[in-house]
Amino acid sequence: MDFNDSQQEAAFRKEARDFLEANAEKRSIISDKPNDKSPQIAVAGAPETVKGGKEAAQEALERAKVWQKKKAEAGFAAILWPKEFGGYGGSPIQQVIYSQEEHDYLVPSGYFEIGIGMLGPTMMVWGKDEDKKRYLPKMITGEEIWCQLFSEPSAGSDLAGIKMKAEKDGDEWVLNGQKVWTSGAHFADYGMIVARSDPSALKHRGLTYFYLDMKTPGIEVRPIKQISGTSNFNEVFFNDVRIPDSQRLGGEGEGWKVALTTLMNERLAVGDPPGLDFDQIFEATKELEVEDGLAIKNSEVRQKMADWYVQSRGLQYTKFRSITALSKGQTPGPELSISKLVTASKMQDVSAYALELMDSAGMVHHDQNPVLKNLFQNGYFFSAAMRIAGGTDEVLRNIIAERVLGLPQDERADKKVPFNELPSGKN
Amino acid sequence: MNFDFSDDQKLLRDQARKFLFDKCDRKSVRTILDDDQLHYHKELWSQISEMGWTGTAIPEEYGGLGLGMLELCVIAEELGRSLAPTPFSSSIYLFAEFIKNYGSEDQKKKFLPLIASGEKIGTFALSETNGTPKPSNVKTEYSSEKINGYKSPVSDGETADYLIIAANSDNKGNRNSLSLYIVDLHQDGVSKTSLETIDPTRPACSIKFENVKAEMLGEQGMAWDMTENIFNRAAVLYSFEQVGGAQVSLDEAKKYSMERFAFGRQIGSFQALKHKMADMYVKIELARSNAYYGAWALSTDSNELPVAAAGARVSASDAFNYAAKENIQIHGGVGFTWDYDCHLFYRRSKLLSLNIGSTRQWKENLISNLEKRNIV
Repeated sequence: MDFNDSQQEAAFRKEARDFLEANAEKRSIISDKPNDKSPQIAVAGAPETVKGGKEAAQEALERAKVWQKKKAEAGFAAILWPKEFGGYGGSPIQQVIYSQEEHDYLVPSGYFEIGIGMLGPTMMVWGKDEDKKRYLPKMITGEEIWCQLFSEPSAGSDLAGIKMKAEKDGDEWVLNGQKVWTSGAHFADYGMIVARSDPSALKHRGLTYFYLDMKTPGIEVRPIKQISGTSNFNEVFFNDVRIPDSQRLGGEGEGWKVALTTLMNERLAVGDPPGLDFDQIFEATKELEVEDGLAIKNSEVRQKMADWYVQSRGLQYTKFRSITALSKGQTPGPELSISKLVTASKMQDVSAYALELMDSAGMVHHDQNPVLKNLFQNGYFFSAAMRIAGGTDEVLRNIIAERVLGLPQDERADKKVPFNELPSGKN
Repeated sequence: MNFDFSDDQKLLRDQARKFLFDKCDRKSVRTILDDDQLHYHKELWSQISEMGWTGTAIPEEYGGLGLGMLELCVIAEELGRSLAPTPFSSSIYLFAEFIKNYGSEDQKKKFLPLIASGEKIGTFALSETNGTPKPSNVKTEYSSEKINGYKSPVSDGETADYLIIAANSDNKGNRNSLSLYIVDLHQDGVSKTSLETIDPTRPACSIKFENVKAEMLGEQGMAWDMTENIFNRAAVLYSFEQVGGAQVSLDEAKKYSMERFAFGRQIGSFQALKHKMADMYVKIELARSNAYYGAWALSTDSNELPVAAAGARVSASDAFNYAAKENIQIHGGVGFTWDYDCHLFYRRSKLLSLNIGSTRQWKENLISNLEKRNIV
């Protein structure tokens, strides 16, 4: 057992580190940046939340694009992609190494991950050659941003319950309906969408997959104001949106299969998401005072800290086990499926407890809050979303139970009945 | 990065698993559970010893196999899986480690070959009273070359030939007045009283010492430091036993939930049960990863050991306690009968989380070691 890089890995790490050192700023445990609401959704790729309205958001986007261009020029923007589309042609272990290194730096994130991680790979499998040539290189450089239009008001955890209508009209399709929870739809240039082309077919068989220009007439994007007061997600309304059949990916009725390609490519969650974890609350307990002195000297606090420490490090070492498999050229086992499930609840518990330790000062969530830069107030709200986005705790437990442990699927009422005969209830 | 056991170590694991599957079935475990007079499985012990498991991490010059601590971790996990009713942990994780790390050359030559061959069994005892052991609670004394006092509970005390204890070598009653002594239990003045434990397959007794001969182990006044270090080493090994036991608890819960039908379907298809088992899996994976880190620290003599060992211990106790209790729950009524095996794991899980200090004590160790590390 050791934690050493192989010679090639060490060389790649140095390359990544040199690039980051020259181009980015190091992150501290508790950031001094007033607007760095660090916790990020690791899987859904929500962009940095930015207070200060549209202008600030636009500036943040421009900064992100500048950063992405640099990263792409250095080759690190799409390490797993083949060279012909502007990627690095690298291996999963190199992706992991880069993510580990980048984790220590304050860099924009949440704009390009869905495109590069999920949608680009979908186009590589299902797209035509001219599409790949036209769209993929600009996805990497950040010149064009993509969003994923899957979830709907009645299709969340049960994703295949999509109702968005796709009706064929000559060599065009007409889309009508609503998508929701679309990260980045408000700044995305293009999107990929699954819609129901045949409501009389079985649920998973009547779907078709397309890509589209977000400026197509009839598309309306409305941000969703979240519990945190900021907006990372959107509702997207489709009103007689016409797109050519040439923008179809996969066959008619094959949409679910194409969607699975997208979902299978959820980016390697091996790099730690910057977040609110043991290290942050450990620092905080050295500053905060409770009735008998510094919080860290209180035995109840110490007991709780120990629980969070073993969860936090347990996840980190679990990643090491997966990285070991990658490094040997093997596919990691199912260990990683536990990551977000543990992380989100831990963040929620840690945040809530830190607020307790602050006592009544924990109530304050003001921009100039001097106490630990609002870190735990932000985490308190953010973690509630994190337990739902990218697969709810409950869906993740089902996935572990069924795919990892091999337990039987729940009985389902929707397997043998045409979609339009299924009971649907209130949306 | 190579954060995994080697192919050879995995081969050892497979062999150990197969051997214990054949020789240490639940019937064998129950012979010890059901008979007050039996304290361990003698036949299994001699087979394990013949294969050299007892000497795994003891150097060849002292009669061992001279393999490393990682190999011992691999065996510990299998012993935990099979609920092996042997004094392996007392004799190997504790007694042998004390001698190996702190014994004089003469003591190593005298004790280690006997322990490595399984011919003799050793154990260790600190506690004399209820509650968290602390230096002021140690009343046992060494004076005029004789031990007088009392230890309880002493794990595997009935079976043991040798015992290491902490005793006062002067009368100050503080940390630095305690030294370690090796006691030969086959002598006048040693009286043992059997104690029933929450897991009779892991027995204990109390021992009274009246003018008993003993030899000092390690430096005078260093009992507490030495014990902390050996407990850290043992904590990693125990955490592998716990991970092994937790994994089997989950496997058996899963198996039962797929065989048992209620409301016309497998009970394992109900989300209430699936989510419980998913939670078991999560805790076990975290515990396994923490145990791996402990194994790395142990095998490389890293100064991370105090933190790594405490992390492994806390995580493994949590995983095994949870898996064992929810395994009973998933079995329903039969889960709390004597005939079903659930209680064997329930008993073992709690015993293992108490035997070298409670979970709350180890959580305290973890945080205080993190504080120390930060200062360094």
